[in-house]
Amino acid sequence: MKISILDRVLLLITCLLAAYQIGFVIDGFSTLPMIAYTIAFGVLLVSGLLIILLGIEVLESPVVVIVATMIPLTLSLGLVWQHLESFKVLYLVFAIIGFFAILVTRSFPMPGRLPTIVLALVHGIAGMTIFLLPIFLSIQGLTRPLFSLVGIGGALIGIGGLALSFLKAGKPILSKEIILKILPVILFSMTLCFVAGFKYG
Amino acid sequence: MKSFFSKLLHYLPLIKGLQTGLLVATGLAGYLSARCPIFNMGTIAGLFVSLFLSISGSTVLNMWYDRDIDAKMGRTKKRPLSSGIVSDGEVLRLGLTLSLLGVGLAAAMDALYGLIIFAGLFFDVVVYTIWLKRKTCWSIVWGGISGGMPILAGRVLGLGGFDWIGIILSLGILFWIPTHILTFSMKYYDDYKAAGVPTFPSTYGFDATRAVIAISSVIAAFAMGIACWGIGMTFGYLRILIVLSAGLLTLAVATLLRPSEQVNFGLFKYASLYMLSSMILIMA
Repeated sequence: MKISILDRVLLLITCLLAAYQIGFVIDGFSTLPMIAYTIAFGVLLVSGLLIILLGIEVLESPVVVIVATMIPLTLSLGLVWQHLESFKVLYLVFAIIGFFAILVTRSFPMPGRLPTIVLALVHGIAGMTIFLLPIFLSIQGLTRPLFSLVGIGGALIGIGGLALSFLKAGKPILSKEIILKILPVILFSMTLCFVAGFKYG
Repeated sequence: MKSFFSKLLHYLPLIKGLQTGLLVATGLAGYLSARCPIFNMGTIAGLFVSLFLSISGSTVLNMWYDRDIDAKMGRTKKRPLSSGIVSDGEVLRLGLTLSLLGVGLAAAMDALYGLIIFAGLFFDVVVYTIWLKRKTCWSIVWGGISGGMPILAGRVLGLGGFDWIGIILSLGILFWIPTHILTFSMKYYDDYKAAGVPTFPSTYGFDATRAVIAISSVIAAFAMGIACWGIGMTFGYLRILIVLSAGLLTLAVATLLRPSEQVNFGLFKYASLYMLSSMILIMA
């Protein structure tokens, strides 16, 4: 499927936003969140470039499920490390185990629905953390109101992840063409929300 | 006037705009990396023009010398020279004129800068194209050395002499070039075979070529990282460079573990984008 010029422009802006986040917005953060956000937005940046260069079909590669896990896991890890002092070590352990669980269940043949359950569990916890934590923090007044944009970005990443998962499962709720068509828009909106949330929140 | 523009349009493909543009960008990045006190627009303009002329000149001379090979390859047989749209003599004169103007301007700006530009042109045209390209697949090492000259020249012009950062930047380009050229020679394997040009894939096989690509990508990314750290690049820009380097390394490893036409060509395209992005980060 050919990517339209508009989609290419959206993806390019997404990449530039991700690079801006890595290069400027996270300056001054402590070490672990800085590494976590660098990985999250780094994966986004390189993935965006690869989609521009190779076409949207690159998302159909089996490696995408594993690589795509890194975005919500590291993003949620950064958020927890910065804002939930008492859970940070526990969440770090969860993130490491969760990543390796997905890596193993997606790399070797597994019985029954285990790979799906692991994927749903890890993505579910990470996704809900990104969605709820920033909104909760901004409602409580612990961060500036615009930090809730990170939560909206979390909701968008969830929609994108769901669309991709359905596509991979071979039972898409929307047609493949529509899913691949809306993905650049979702990626752009999500990155814009994240960058604006971190910058002004 | 109309025939002049028509002729110009035929000449344009002879200078390989994207490749020349990328090499000129490396030269500008090398100069700006020096953050020198003599920074001025006149020097930058001179640097740009001298690099553009000399790199275009060497590319035109390559095309002139390789016209028989180009005519045998599907990818290149429609080029103006191999398809007979422009004459051999005209192209030779154009290549020599551009080269002389470029090297002359460079030497007039600074003798050492001019010498490095001349060395780049000499390695590319004489050593790589005329002497080795048809004899051994290892000719790309000389092509790589030649490709590393613009960034070294730019750095030397800014500093007034050699330093370790200039050498490492130049090594970064030297080791990036196999990633670029070898992925290309795998994609157009049959073309090169038909033309009788020895390449790594035809000499050592695809697996060994992929291993060379992966190793050279690691060294190129490592060299760029060290040089950028030496320049004093901010930590924010270094993080972006690390991410882009990680992308390059991942693709290089992917060509080893899951070789496919898509991954191979993805690496080819990404490698160019990686180098351009690195140069922008150095210039910023």
